[in-house]
Amino acid sequence: MAETMQFNLVSPERSLMSGPVLSVEIPGAEGDLTALPNHAPTLTTLRPGILRVETEKGAEEYIVTGGFAELGEGVTVLAEKAMHRTDVDQATYEALVDEAHEAYGKAKEVFKNEPGPVDDAVKLLHDMVAIGGKIGLSTKQPSL
Amino acid sequence: MPNLKDLKNRIASVKSTRKITKAMQMVAAAKLRRAQDSAEAARPYAERFNEVLGQLAASVAGSDSAPRLLRGTGSDDVHLLVVLTAERGLCGGFNANIAKLAKQHATELLSKGKTVKIITVGKKGRDSMRRDFGKLFIEHVDMSDVKRVGYADAQGIAKNVLSRFDEGEFDVATIFYSEFVNVVAQTPTAQQIIPAKFDTADDEGDAAATVYEYEPSEEAILADLLPRGVATQIFAALLENGASEQGARMSAMDNATRNAGEMIDKLTIEYNRSRQAVITNELIEIISGAEAL
Repeated sequence: MAETMQFNLVSPERSLMSGPVLSVEIPGAEGDLTALPNHAPTLTTLRPGILRVETEKGAEEYIVTGGFAELGEGVTVLAEKAMHRTDVDQATYEALVDEAHEAYGKAKEVFKNEPGPVDDAVKLLHDMVAIGGKIGLSTKQPSL
Repeated sequence: MPNLKDLKNRIASVKSTRKITKAMQMVAAAKLRRAQDSAEAARPYAERFNEVLGQLAASVAGSDSAPRLLRGTGSDDVHLLVVLTAERGLCGGFNANIAKLAKQHATELLSKGKTVKIITVGKKGRDSMRRDFGKLFIEHVDMSDVKRVGYADAQGIAKNVLSRFDEGEFDVATIFYSEFVNVVAQTPTAQQIIPAKFDTADDEGDAAATVYEYEPSEEAILADLLPRGVATQIFAALLENGASEQGARMSAMDNATRNAGEMIDKLTIEYNRSRQAVITNELIEIISGAEAL
């Protein structure tokens, strides 16, 4: 039996998953990373993306946005929004993208002379759109 | 002596009042269970979040590069009070207690010469705060359409508060809500959310022992997490408030039901006494009438 570790996925409203897993692919802010048992203690923020959890029974995929992941003896992912992939339909997904659009529009307005927040919003929007491609939902391309 | 008809009517009306309070109590009990469940479900997130945030905050504390949300603006002249209350009454002292605490706070701050601004969430808090501090109100968040408090609601409030902070409208923000202890006890609580405060004293043990690698840097993570922390705290407060409200309503309605029961007993005794008196009177009249013949 392969080595497993404890994994918890929690959103503010409830705990989505808790149990032993083989590995977790995390969409980190600076790039994807895969956590295996005995990973060095790490703390990373998340970008919107797909969290892939490999268990002995098979793989599960979750759409996560915002929050952070803590890797230590086990893996704890605290995501601001987390949904099982099968729960995400076109409508929910579009709502997410629209939200990112809105955030971008606001950032452009508020921070006229500071590129930082605007770039962040653009990145967020692109990440959102990228999710759609990965899970096979169509989306309108971002109008920037 | 009140006449029989009046007494009968009063008994009937108290009985229907009892029916209503009993029903409200049962509804509150069912809602309480749900509110407690969602409060319970949210706890792991909030606890973990605050732990990590506290750890991060401790490691960058004191440095000049610490985010403003942690450091504060450097002064404490303008205070923002966010008062979270219910949309409905009939729940004992629940709303009044929160409002009282907030009022005390506001009066104290004003007497020290600080500026106070108030945001209210929930109709009842607004109504009772408006009498004394109406001119200090800057906004009211209406929650009457919200059936079940979601994280999005908390995020909305947090965004509102944060954008005001970014614009320099206040230095210190405090939220007022009621902590749920149990069904009969709810403690009104004041919690400072900006600048963020963490009680790191108690988890120095194993938490501090692990040295984490940070990706991106500690400061960047902290800057990303602090605004979320505000939302998390407001969400936790809203949930506590929800459970407290239902708990308070449940015990208030339980009392009301019991009082109505006592009232009915008393009125029934009175009713029977007067009925007997009437019968006795009639008998006397008949007997004395017969004797006179």
